Amino acid sequence: MPAIKIKVPGGGKISFSHYPIDMVGTIERAGSFAKRSIKNSSKLYALNLAVSMTDLTTLEGADTPGKVKQLCGKAITPVPPCLFNEINTTGKNIHIPHTAAICVYPELVKVASHALKGSGVEIAAVSTAFPSGQLDLKLKLKDVQACIRDGATEIDMVIDRGAFLRGDYQKVFDEIVAVKDICEDRAHLKVILETGELKTFDKVRLASMMAMEAGADFIKTSTGKVPSAANMPVTLVMLQAIWDFYQEKGIKIGMKPAGGIRTAKQAIAYLVMVNETLGEDWMNPKMFRFGASSLLNDLLRQIFKQHTGQYYYKDIFSMD
Amino acid sequence: MALKKKTTKKKTTKVKTKSKSKTVSKKTTSSSKNSKSNKEFKLSKDFTYDPAPESTSVVKIKKRNELFINGKFVKPISGKYFKTYNPATGSVLCELAEANDKDIDYAAKSARRAYENVWSKCSGQDRAKYLFRIARILQERAREFAVLETIDGGKPIKESRDIDIPLAAAHFFYYAGWADKLDYAFPGNKVKPVGVCGQIIPWNFPLLMAAWKLAPALAAGNTVVLKPAETTSLTALLLAEVLQEAELPDGVVNIVTGAGKTGVAIVSHKEFDKLAFTGSTDVGKIIAKNAPLKKLTLELGGKSANIIYEDAAIDQAIEGVINGIYFNQGHVCCAGSRVLVEESIQKEFLKKLQKRMSTLRVGNPLDKNTDIGAINSKEQLETIKRLVKTGQKEGGAFFSPEIDLPTKGYFHKPCYFEGVSSSSTVARVEIFGPVATIMSFRTPDEAIAKANDTPYGLAAGIWSEKGSKVHKTAGQLKAGVIWANTYNKFDPCSPFGGYFESGFGREGGRHGLFPYVELS
Amino acid sequence: MKVNKTIKLYIGGKLTRTESGRSFAILDKNSKHYAHVCHGSRKDFRNAVDLSISAAVNWSSQTAFLRSQILYRMAEMMESKKSEFCNVLTETTNLTKEKAEIEVKEAINHLVYYSGFCDKYQQILGAVNPVSGPFHNFTTAESVGVVTLVTDNTTKFSKLIEDISVIILSGNSVVTLIMPKLAAILAPLSEVLATSDLPSGVVNLISCYYEELSSFVSTHREVRSVSFQRSSIEEYAKFKSEGMDNMKRVVGNFDDKKDSLFKISQFLEYKTVWHPIGI
Repeated sequence: MPAIKIKVPGGGKISFSHYPIDMVGTIERAGSFAKRSIKNSSKLYALNLAVSMTDLTTLEGADTPGKVKQLCGKAITPVPPCLFNEINTTGKNIHIPHTAAICVYPELVKVASHALKGSGVEIAAVSTAFPSGQLDLKLKLKDVQACIRDGATEIDMVIDRGAFLRGDYQKVFDEIVAVKDICEDRAHLKVILETGELKTFDKVRLASMMAMEAGADFIKTSTGKVPSAANMPVTLVMLQAIWDFYQEKGIKIGMKPAGGIRTAKQAIAYLVMVNETLGEDWMNPKMFRFGASSLLNDLLRQIFKQHTGQYYYKDIFSMD
Repeated sequence: MALKKKTTKKKTTKVKTKSKSKTVSKKTTSSSKNSKSNKEFKLSKDFTYDPAPESTSVVKIKKRNELFINGKFVKPISGKYFKTYNPATGSVLCELAEANDKDIDYAAKSARRAYENVWSKCSGQDRAKYLFRIARILQERAREFAVLETIDGGKPIKESRDIDIPLAAAHFFYYAGWADKLDYAFPGNKVKPVGVCGQIIPWNFPLLMAAWKLAPALAAGNTVVLKPAETTSLTALLLAEVLQEAELPDGVVNIVTGAGKTGVAIVSHKEFDKLAFTGSTDVGKIIAKNAPLKKLTLELGGKSANIIYEDAAIDQAIEGVINGIYFNQGHVCCAGSRVLVEESIQKEFLKKLQKRMSTLRVGNPLDKNTDIGAINSKEQLETIKRLVKTGQKEGGAFFSPEIDLPTKGYFHKPCYFEGVSSSSTVARVEIFGPVATIMSFRTPDEAIAKANDTPYGLAAGIWSEKGSKVHKTAGQLKAGVIWANTYNKFDPCSPFGGYFESGFGREGGRHGLFPYVELS
Repeated sequence: MKVNKTIKLYIGGKLTRTESGRSFAILDKNSKHYAHVCHGSRKDFRNAVDLSISAAVNWSSQTAFLRSQILYRMAEMMESKKSEFCNVLTETTNLTKEKAEIEVKEAINHLVYYSGFCDKYQQILGAVNPVSGPFHNFTTAESVGVVTLVTDNTTKFSKLIEDISVIILSGNSVVTLIMPKLAAILAPLSEVLATSDLPSGVVNLISCYYEELSSFVSTHREVRSVSFQRSSIEEYAKFKSEGMDNMKRVVGNFDDKKDSLFKISQFLEYKTVWHPIGI
């Protein structure tokens, strides 16, 4: 594959060369992180960290203001206060952080913005004709504008996979630059690669490097709307791209795996992977997020187990 | 180029110290030269993975262990015992019996009787069923064996649990399938077993080496006297219990413990039709010199080269190097101890290697998070330290990561020498520890020549994403096992063994049956 | 008062009744009613083929080691149900108790024997070929996919098990047509299959009448390989010729070579790969 040359704004070109990745070796290395056995205080630390890194998500056609308001409530206080009182009477003083953000469709951003005022929870809007991205750029940019106007502090955009797979990398690049322009200083930009459609690690690597060069603040695996969402190996490929970009440019880009992460055990494995691939500077919600919904309650269940020795039933933490 | 700063609690505007995003990419390229960050990799100080020790309650170690001869545990004739230690703590584990030449005589004669009266009359199908039983019981008692292996030998529980024990069971499974199909293994030949075999195994993969030796021998219809290494005999003795549970006829397998003298007794006893030895090249040469007419297979040392071409998948090649030399503390005969990296990528490669090495955890082998366990014995640790000192004296850069080392027991950090010449001690002598020697090359021909420049020939690694280059290189490397874009992979159906002074004969696969049959 | 067992078909890992709703009665040795057995239909066969196609994709991508473990497990399960198998054979076929025990023992031995072949046949049938040129050339034996096993009323139980084993050990799945005389064995056999970690759809059992289904099976385009284990050479010739529309590989009972490796190779296709050698 010859090197890919992309024209950048202001004249000039940058080129992306082929970076070979062996699939079998990647899958093996990704598997080794899950073998780490995390216990006791380390486990509690990781569980709380994971809660603070969660982008609590609802992306259903059937979403209503009511649903989103309830979700916002959960994002601010993940655990019903009465449950706390039950434990804090035993002398322990537990503090569960709020989630990093809420993630919703553009129509619901206003509702979320109102519900989350002053809470510290960010509002991430999926945008640019999420999830397909198959729309004229002008309309996609209007979508972004509207989200930011309504109060979104984070934009999760999708790349044009059709353009990418047919080799029109210039279009993919330009679109990210255009969206980033609109975000300016008002919202941070996550670029969704939709790794389940890119299929090969080589393509995921290329897309990652391209997105970072074009101005992404975060690179994200998936929309959650295609069967193949985030997994450890593809996340590892993206983390390694982030490290190499950092070594080359001195800029730290964040990462978000989304979809398919349902259990605390999985979340902890991801944190081990981030720790051993990128290190301490990425072990915080500014640099790493989980795109998940049901994960939160399992994290809470595990946290309570660590504190009380008992497994609570999941629904006690409230569905939303 | 400073980092993007973000404030947390309040929804304030994000402050970016980059200038306007219109020329984002251009800015990033030009401003990288002024990067203030030192781009160093640091593991999280808060997320430290508390100790996760595997429970040892599943294991019961007898204070005094006997010899296993003719289906029973019997006392050594001399009444002598010797101590065996836990290398992670240096403390005594228990006593092992010392077999002398009279014990060996009893064992050999039991094996001969079992061969003549029972085992050679046993159908292939029945031999298969015994081996299947042994495999199954190993699977059932897997946890017990894994913990015992780790306590006795010092290898991380992660490895004994995930690699050693499953592979040992798989070996018995594989060869069980050959026992009743020997006519297919050697079409056109009449196949007979060799007879009574004497087998001596090393301390680096105690149970696995026992499986590698016993399974093909038994499948082909031979009987065996096996001596495990004196520092790691416990899993072999536990295996003897499994043989009893499988109702293997008395005398088919005999397990005798002891050190060098016991080995000599086996090697010089006339009853054995065949000898098999896995261990150091020096001892292998002595055995071969003293028994030139005996059927013999030797699996000896190595100083294997791991070649990293510039078109390799670098991140995976790094994993391959780590696996190649630091897996099992480097106590691996086929370890990729010489890393040959193409000069054009050397700098980037070493940077990534150092980063990866800093995430390795050296510690209590029973801790599930330990990557590198204990060095097998005090003597071996001393050998490694001595060779490292020599390497440092002979010049060449030395690197070892800043990671913690336990204060008790026998431990050594993973490390490497760089820029040493091919003639330096650390580039030629097998260290058998977590010490790599890194050298560079400019062209494929040079890489191949350097890789072959050794009296050994056990294994080699090739890292390149170009298929034709992999095949060409593999064709020219003088090594019995070649791993392309991977390393240290073992399978019962894959033949393993070396060229030249790494020994002769193969273990595993159809080829692993050759040494144990007589064809006519 | 005994609770009688209903004998169902075993398709896609489930015990199901025939969609045709039909059944036929089996009589025991004394011509008394023994049980009703499903009268398998064309639709049942079609469903089984559908399920076994995806099953074969999954089964053939497992490691040979796993397949050998599962076949060995089948032997373990059959061993533990030995007396049930013996009883069924004694009651519904004309075997004496002693002969039935021998049959079941043979069947178990077949499973043990063939389980040991899963990770070995490749080492004998495959090859690295020394071509004239700088090429690495190797031949591997691949499983064909779905095989239909057609049996006879005179098929012995141990032979049935052997025929199934040689097909599935290499990663093929099988749709087995069992004739009325042996149909009662469906019950304990499907139970063995269901408890051996065998993925669903790898072995399917349908009790039926050959005459009804033969042309449907022989002209079914998704059936590419058939193990024709019936005794009539006229039936074989007719079936084989009908199957030539999609080049069915039909192997019969009539070949000279009958050793175990040959039997396995009848359900494999050889693939040869070339790759240049050069820096």
